[in-house]
This record gives sequence, structure tokens and C-alpha cells, in this order.
Amino acid sequence: MLEHRIVKWLFALALLAGLVLLPHVLSFSQREIAVLLVINVLLVVSYRLMTLTGEWSLGHVVIMGVGAYASALFAKRLGVPVPLSMLLGAGLAGLVAGILSFPLFRMKGFYFLIGSFAAGEVIRLIWKFFSYPFGGPKGIKLIPPVPDLGSVAFYEPENYYYLCLVVVGISLFILYRIEHSRIGLTFHAIHWQDKLAESVGVDTFRYRMLAFVLASFFAGLAGALYAHYVGTVNPTRFDVEEMGFVLIWAIVGGTATFYGPILGVVVLTVINEIVLRSLGFDTARPMIYGAILIASVLFLPNGLESLVEKVKAAFSRPKQAKSAQQARESA
Amino acid sequence: MTELLLQTVVNAVYAASYMSLIAVGLVLIFGVMGVINFAHGELYMAGAYTVVALYSQMNVPFLAAVAAGLIFVGALGILMEYAFFRPLRDNPLGGLIASIGFLLILQTTAVLGFGVRMAHIKPPTQAKIELMEGVVLTHQRLFVIVAAIALLSALYVFLRKTKFGWAMRACAQDKEAAALQGISLNQITRIAMFIGAGLAGVAGALTAPLVSPTPYMGHSVIVTAFIIIIVGGIGQLEGAVVAAILYAFVHTFVTTFFDGVVADIVGLVLMLVVLVIKPTGLFGAKERA
Repeated sequence: MLEHRIVKWLFALALLAGLVLLPHVLSFSQREIAVLLVINVLLVVSYRLMTLTGEWSLGHVVIMGVGAYASALFAKRLGVPVPLSMLLGAGLAGLVAGILSFPLFRMKGFYFLIGSFAAGEVIRLIWKFFSYPFGGPKGIKLIPPVPDLGSVAFYEPENYYYLCLVVVGISLFILYRIEHSRIGLTFHAIHWQDKLAESVGVDTFRYRMLAFVLASFFAGLAGALYAHYVGTVNPTRFDVEEMGFVLIWAIVGGTATFYGPILGVVVLTVINEIVLRSLGFDTARPMIYGAILIASVLFLPNGLESLVEKVKAAFSRPKQAKSAQQARESA
Repeated sequence: MTELLLQTVVNAVYAASYMSLIAVGLVLIFGVMGVINFAHGELYMAGAYTVVALYSQMNVPFLAAVAAGLIFVGALGILMEYAFFRPLRDNPLGGLIASIGFLLILQTTAVLGFGVRMAHIKPPTQAKIELMEGVVLTHQRLFVIVAAIALLSALYVFLRKTKFGWAMRACAQDKEAAALQGISLNQITRIAMFIGAGLAGVAGALTAPLVSPTPYMGHSVIVTAFIIIIVGGIGQLEGAVVAAILYAFVHTFVTTFFDGVVADIVGLVLMLVVLVIKPTGLFGAKERA
């Protein structure tokens, strides 16, 4: 097994080196995309934590918006220092999710999907309707940026990329640890057997709420990172179309593993922003995106992660592959 | 004041009729296929652009263009069924995602074919009926109301009285049992997709001169349709019609007396309240385990 471990560490090191070196091989506009991509990774991974309990929400992007708006308002109107306002914004997003849990978790499945959508849409329309303090349809402009750290200016995409990388890296580590803790295992139990979990004394409502609040906290953090980078937020940025993208990333990547959604968002963003743009498709991009989506649902129903599993199985020794196969069949 | 009130009632009746056409189509597709068609708003948009292409660019008579809209969008529905709803029959979430993909394709096609800007259509008739002093119903709106009543009655008779209708309802209740009775699932889903999509198409075609189509018009339509089918109870055709009327009246009155955004918020809150009090909707049966 030692050999296996070395390969794993080498892979992790190569990944880290690649992430650190990435901005130096990209053009300026591609660096901006890389910043947004890192933020979206946090968004989609936090979304997956939510789906662990089996409920698919359509309000996740609005919750991200709550974090963005709150952090922007704290920093701009109340003069809270920016790193602190980000945490406050994320906390507020978690709080909003906690309040929303009471009506929303009376529903399940498809009803929850639509209920969360409606709740999100109400929040979004409130931003749109009240010019004070939310700025109405135009949103909030001139959001204070992250203050410079010595000589490092964070308005440079390259530096902001590293900041996001650190914040998102820590967040991903926390999310990973949560999933592999007792709490995470309870989430899985609620997903597959909620009645059984209840019968052995698990308060399913509380755990669903916990998953929702935790996921919303990190979504809010992603929103805050976004707001202080772009400098402006408006209600349209957080509409259901954006939510559609999050859903697509998660589904195309696959949600059975931790890395599935990350794979989805990275591959689709690279295809969408870099390959299709450089090929000269511009207005036709959504169409190709749509076609890729349909094709992936039809021909890759378990997501991109199932390809990775296949590759892994092919590279490991045949005996291992066989036992993995058996484990999967018996599961 | 009375005129304004009555005029708002007339407007609400018009809104209720096209909304129920759209919502009933969505419910029919959900009932028979068990999948939420996210591209339903874009089917409505496709119907509207059929009228733009045929009536305002090629001078086909308006009613012929509307009929063409029904058939064209119905055919789009059949295409969707063949391309992904049928292979993904056991995977409702997959069907939903695929319909989002189809939505993007339709939207982009409209952008490429007609541009992003609003298409203005000269109304086929300017005539109007004066119901009272200050209360006006244009013929164009009357068309929509009459067509909605006629099409929905025809659908009702089809579902209740014909053999196909019985088979379709049997499929909606229990697919396997229906298949055991010798009903062809493929045939039934194909017809249901044609009718469901066609209803959305005809709603788009009829309202095209009144709303100035844009490629992104489907978004607000699908939001409204979701609210209606939730309030009415998913899979309930009668519920969809009643909820459409309820929603149209609430929305139109709040828009007239307050503001459009407030009306949207009120509509969504209405839906949330219904979901919290009776999570299966006003007409929904108890959810089968």
C-alpha cells in the first residue's frame, strides 16, 4: 500500500504546483475567469453538502447572493473591515438558511425544489424592490475591495486568485472533514433511509437544517469573495439561470464523490470559456453548452466522476479492480 | 373606480386564459411522464416566434400562423420525447436537466434567427368591444380567451370520453399497470408531449402580438407556471386551471393597484403559504408512497 500512498502524495503535490503556477500561464482575461472558477468551486461543493441529505435546492445561488449583499453592505455602509464583513456575510447567509428551514423542510423532493426556488425568488425580488439599502434593480456598486496586504494589491486578479485559493482550500478541507465525520454519515443515512434514521433516534429535521445552514454559510462566503472582487452585485446576477449552471455543474460532474462537482465545474468552465471562446463561437455558446448537457445526461448518467473511477480501476492491479467490482455489486 | 375595477377583471380573465393553457400543458407532461419540463417557457417562446416568422415576415394569415405554431411546437415536444425524455424515463432528475439543455438550445436558436431585440408584431385586428364606458376588451384578447376555453374543453372531452384519453389517464396513475393492460407507453407519452407542448405553443402564438416576443420571454412564464402548478397540486389538470384563475386575479389586481414587483412577491408568498399549509397543493391528493 506504500506505493499507492506515494502516488497519491505525488498527485496531490502536482495538483498544488499546478494551481500555484496556473496564473502565470494564463492571459489576463483568463486569470479573471480562474478567480471566478475558484469561487464557483466553493459554491458547487457547498451545494453538494446540501444534497447529501437528499434535498435538491434551487435557492443556493440566492443564498450566495445573501452573503454577497450582506458583506457588501456591512463594508460599505457600516464600515466593517472587509475580511470581517465577509465572515459576517457568510454567517448571515447561514442565519437566513436557518430561518428558511422552518417552512422549507416541511416539504420533500420536488416540492422542496420548487419551495426553495420560491423562497429564493422572494429574497431576490426584495433586493429588486427596495432601493434602500439594496439599490433596487441596479444593485450595489463601488463595493470596497479587500485591503492591500503590504505591497500585495488584491485588485490584481493574480493576487486575488491566491487569496481565493487559500480561503476556498480551507473551506474545502472543513467541508471534507464534515462529510467524513459522524454528522456527515448521518446526512448520508437521512438521504438513503430517512424513516430508519428517525426510528433510531436521529432528528432528521435538525440534521437537514444543519446541512442547509452549513452549506449556506460556505455559499455565502463564496458570494462575499465574489462581491469584493467584482465590486458590484445586482439581483440578476443571482437569478435562476445561474442556479441552473450550479445544478448542471453538479450533475455533469456527479455528486457521489467529493471531487465530482469540482470536476464538473472545472471541465465545463474550461470548455465554455476557453475552448468555445477561442474557437470563435460567441452567441452560439449557450446552444453548444445545452447540447453538451443533454449528451452528458444521456451517455454519462453517473457524471464525469464515473470516468475517473473507471480510469482508476484500469490502472490499479486487476485483483484490486475485481474486489472493487465485487464491493460495488454487493453495495 | 368601477370602470377600473371591471377593466382589471377583464385583464385578469385574459391573463388567466393564457396562463391556464401553459400550466395545463406542463401538468399534462408531468402527469404522464413524471418529469418537470423546464423548457416549457421556451416552447411558449417558440410559438410566439412562429407567428413572428410566418405572420409578420411572410404575411401568412394570423389564424393559419397560430395553427402552424401549435403543430410546430407540438412537433418540438415529440422531438424532446424521442431525444431525451424516453431514454431517461427512469431518471426524472436527468430529464429535468436535459430539458434545461434544450431550453438553452431553443433560446440560442431564437437569438441567432431573430436577434435579441423585441420583435414587434402589428396586431391582426384593432377592433375592440366596449363592454361599458371605459371598459374595453380588444378582439385580440378575446381570441385568446375563446381559444383557451375551446382548447381546454376539447382536452377535457378528449381525456374523459375517448379511449386515448382513458389510456392517458391510466398511464398517469400507474405506468406499469397501464402497460399490463396493453397500453403502449411510448405512444401515450408521444401524444401527451404533443398536446402539452402544443398548448404552450398556441398560447405563445396567440399572445405574440400583445407581448412583443424576446428570446428570453420564457423565463417569467416558467416561473408563473411553476407557481400555478404548485398551488393547484402537481399533476392535477383541474387544479391547474383553478390555480391559474386565482393567480391571474391576484397578480393582475396587485399589479394594477400596487406594483409589478410586489405582485410577483405576493404570488410567490401565496405559493409558499399553500406549500406550508397543504404541501400537496389545493387539489393535490395525498402523495403516494
